[in-house]
Amino acid sequence: MHIAKPGYDKLIFELSCPGRHAHSLPECDVPVSDPAQLLPKEHLRATPPELPEVSEVDVVRHYSRLSQMNYGVDTHFYPLGSCTMKYNPKINEDMARLAGFARLHPLTPEAAAQGALQLMHELSRDLAEVSGMNHVSLQPAAGAQGELAGVLMIRAYHLARGERRTKVLIPDSAHGTNPASTALAGYSVVELKSEANGDVDLLDLERHLGNDIAAFMITQPNTLGLFESKIHQITEMCHAKGVQVYMDGANFNAILGITRPGDLGFDVCHFNLHKTFTTPHGGGGPGAGPVGIKDHLAPFLPTPVLVKDGDEYAFDWNRPQSIGKLQAFWGNFGMLVRAWTYIRTMGPDGLRAVSDNAVLNANYILSRLEGEYDRSAPGPCMHECVLSARRQKKLGVTATDIAKRLLDLGFYAPTTYFPMIVEEALMIEPTETESKETLDEFCDAMIRIAREARENPQLIHDAPVTTPVRRLDQTGAARQPRLKWTPQAK
Amino acid sequence: MRYISNTPAQQREMLAQIGVGSIEDLLERIPAKARLSRPLNVPAAMAETDLVRHLRALSALNANADDYACFLGAGSYDHSVPSPINHLISRGEFFTAYTPYQPEASQGTLRSIFEYQSMMAELCGMDVANASLYDGASSVAEAALMAHAVTERNVIVLSKGVNPLYRQVVETYCEGPGIRLKSAPIGDGATDLDALRKAVSGQTAAVVIQHPNFLGCLEDVKAAADIAHAAGALLVVVADPVNLGLLTPPGALGADLVVGEGQGLGVPMSFGGPNLGVFAAKQELVRRMPGRLVGATVDLDGQRGFVLTLQTREQHIRREKATSNICTNVALCALMATIYVSIMGKVGIRKVGELSTAKAHYAAETFAKIPGVRLRFTAPFFKEFTLELPKSPERVAKRLMKEKILAGVPLKAFDRTQKDCLLVAVTEKRTRGEIDAYAAALAAAVA
Repeated sequence: MHIAKPGYDKLIFELSCPGRHAHSLPECDVPVSDPAQLLPKEHLRATPPELPEVSEVDVVRHYSRLSQMNYGVDTHFYPLGSCTMKYNPKINEDMARLAGFARLHPLTPEAAAQGALQLMHELSRDLAEVSGMNHVSLQPAAGAQGELAGVLMIRAYHLARGERRTKVLIPDSAHGTNPASTALAGYSVVELKSEANGDVDLLDLERHLGNDIAAFMITQPNTLGLFESKIHQITEMCHAKGVQVYMDGANFNAILGITRPGDLGFDVCHFNLHKTFTTPHGGGGPGAGPVGIKDHLAPFLPTPVLVKDGDEYAFDWNRPQSIGKLQAFWGNFGMLVRAWTYIRTMGPDGLRAVSDNAVLNANYILSRLEGEYDRSAPGPCMHECVLSARRQKKLGVTATDIAKRLLDLGFYAPTTYFPMIVEEALMIEPTETESKETLDEFCDAMIRIAREARENPQLIHDAPVTTPVRRLDQTGAARQPRLKWTPQAK
Repeated sequence: MRYISNTPAQQREMLAQIGVGSIEDLLERIPAKARLSRPLNVPAAMAETDLVRHLRALSALNANADDYACFLGAGSYDHSVPSPINHLISRGEFFTAYTPYQPEASQGTLRSIFEYQSMMAELCGMDVANASLYDGASSVAEAALMAHAVTERNVIVLSKGVNPLYRQVVETYCEGPGIRLKSAPIGDGATDLDALRKAVSGQTAAVVIQHPNFLGCLEDVKAAADIAHAAGALLVVVADPVNLGLLTPPGALGADLVVGEGQGLGVPMSFGGPNLGVFAAKQELVRRMPGRLVGATVDLDGQRGFVLTLQTREQHIRREKATSNICTNVALCALMATIYVSIMGKVGIRKVGELSTAKAHYAAETFAKIPGVRLRFTAPFFKEFTLELPKSPERVAKRLMKEKILAGVPLKAFDRTQKDCLLVAVTEKRTRGEIDAYAAALAAAVA
């Protein structure tokens, strides 16, 4: 990492100089400019907000410097498991910034927004094809909101049939959003024990399936990076008891063109466009979490539903059984433009090649590292692999330590301590966009760390030392939270 | 396959290292029955030049705010977006990073979020703001859930002045937990306080008002706070932070939570998303807040640094007991807002409010002089106002589009009783020339 100015430790507030400014606002070209003549006095701020007074060059330099205190996919290999940190194509950005898209107001009359609506219609059609689902709503703002939409549709479906089911089954290996979204939809969560390889324990599933279960929510491939091979059996068992099956689409990057959730018997799935479909992660969003469903759930889709009538696209608001709205407007449209662009760049063969290479890369890493780290399950993995640092733990080196050492060696870190069912988990997802050379450098670094754990663990405990700050006191931060800048506290 | 780096020769080397003959061998756990036996039926790949040509044509079908004078509001506004924002957020180190799980390699993101939290808390007059939620609507919904959890009460009283699209989202979110929504009606453009008083009871978890409200009018926030607090309920104020450089911050008027849409702070309208959900609270509520929070701390050497904190509220640790299911938020939009506020600064953000108010009032006065056209309400308004027209607002708006004017949002779709009304927003970007042209076109359209 190259820091323009080592040790840069400023907040924008600390660059403030009274009287300095960076704005360039239009003239007041109407007669009365004084708000005190237009608005009752009690509505006007008595004192100006304590905001920075800086010049444009201050702003540009400050945020450029902050950016240099970050690792991103453009600068570093970013094997953060389950997040699919693949390359974000630059053309996506140019397309999302076209004025006809970026400068379009959401309440522009439909007749004057046909280009945007057509793009959305085509994207939902393509996502339906990729997933084998019948309908896709683009409205959810992120995967977790897609989950909520999906579970609410399931709930509405059961209620419409006069069934009051109260529980949702979720494996113990699931992402935390699954139980959180389920609880938000008003269900209690029943945790299902996974088998050692992350597969569903069919006997345990059988025991739990009953008239009180609304849905079974699983990730396919599972969070250990393995394809759940008994999937047809699972969906059939669930359907026999009237249970809907939900697929968390976090790991979609493994199956493009290979298999489709709809064909596997899933009733609902969501997509994380910021994972599989190359919209940028942006330091934690915005994402987009479209949700796909089978026909029987269509009456419950979020409003409005985009429809095509002849050559015209329009929103259908007349959906009496809809679960309602999830976003004020129609979805994270800017992200939808990027995903559309990506799908059109890749075509059917390109999308299939994505998954093939994602799987190849993950297995390559697994085969190079399994001598030094314990693997969590036998056999090939899908697009990510989960290793355990339990051997290193015995030497006093934890998954966290390994992650920190990787930062010094020029890599972002894998996901640590997830899934929770693997001790000292290191979840590595290389994605298809990384080359063999990069994977080799990463594996060499991981092997080096394993050796250091035996020979010189202090080196690992001290890491990182090349980053702008060293290990941070997280406990202190939580005990006495300081969540905003104040003039005194520097 | 320009985004895939492995060459066929490298693929063979890698397969040899793994000890299999083909990629197909790696997929052995996928049963034949589960395989897709044909290529995906999506359009064939396009070359970049063709793709650009095609998308330019598609985007040109949309009446956008570069080609039209945009008087549309109702939750998304054509405020100015200073040039440095796009350049800075496009830096790959911001753009292609993810949630700062490794703080040492994510100080840029963490610092900017800390700055964002500080700025939002300051603008809202609150103690603490989170790192963002999806949009204004989800922020209101999360506020309702939080009020329900904090007060252990079951009813949310929502003013009719709250954006009806937000209300729909609140309804969706309240379905699962079984929270009931009650309405407080609008009087002359602002919430009817007597009716609000009657709507509130010992069951009320929160009163939610929007200020300025959906119709553009200013609310009596202090009176609403008194009514809510007298019943032991929280007051949630929905606000647009771009207005709060000029308007009294809701925190100073008794709000317990200030939430709203931050799109006006340098985020493109982008057909309504991504937007920026602002969420700010009083100190005593911090451990019940949804979403991420960044805190200041020190590293091993005592140097200042920033980390995600109070994570035991969040879904990845607390799972079904989390305060919210939100995980990915809109960090990049929060960064846009942070850069925007830095550029506007203490003085500029006030000017944005002053200019918008001045131009909106000039527009309202000018339009109301047209025979048959009048202002629907007499309550004070800010940058948005409701016109009552003698002809169908949809048809008038359609007519004005021919003059390259996006005239406003017809209210019929939101409220049948307002079928003669058009909601008009005027930001600092609108010129006197555009407003006068609007007036002339409007006069012709209603004549």
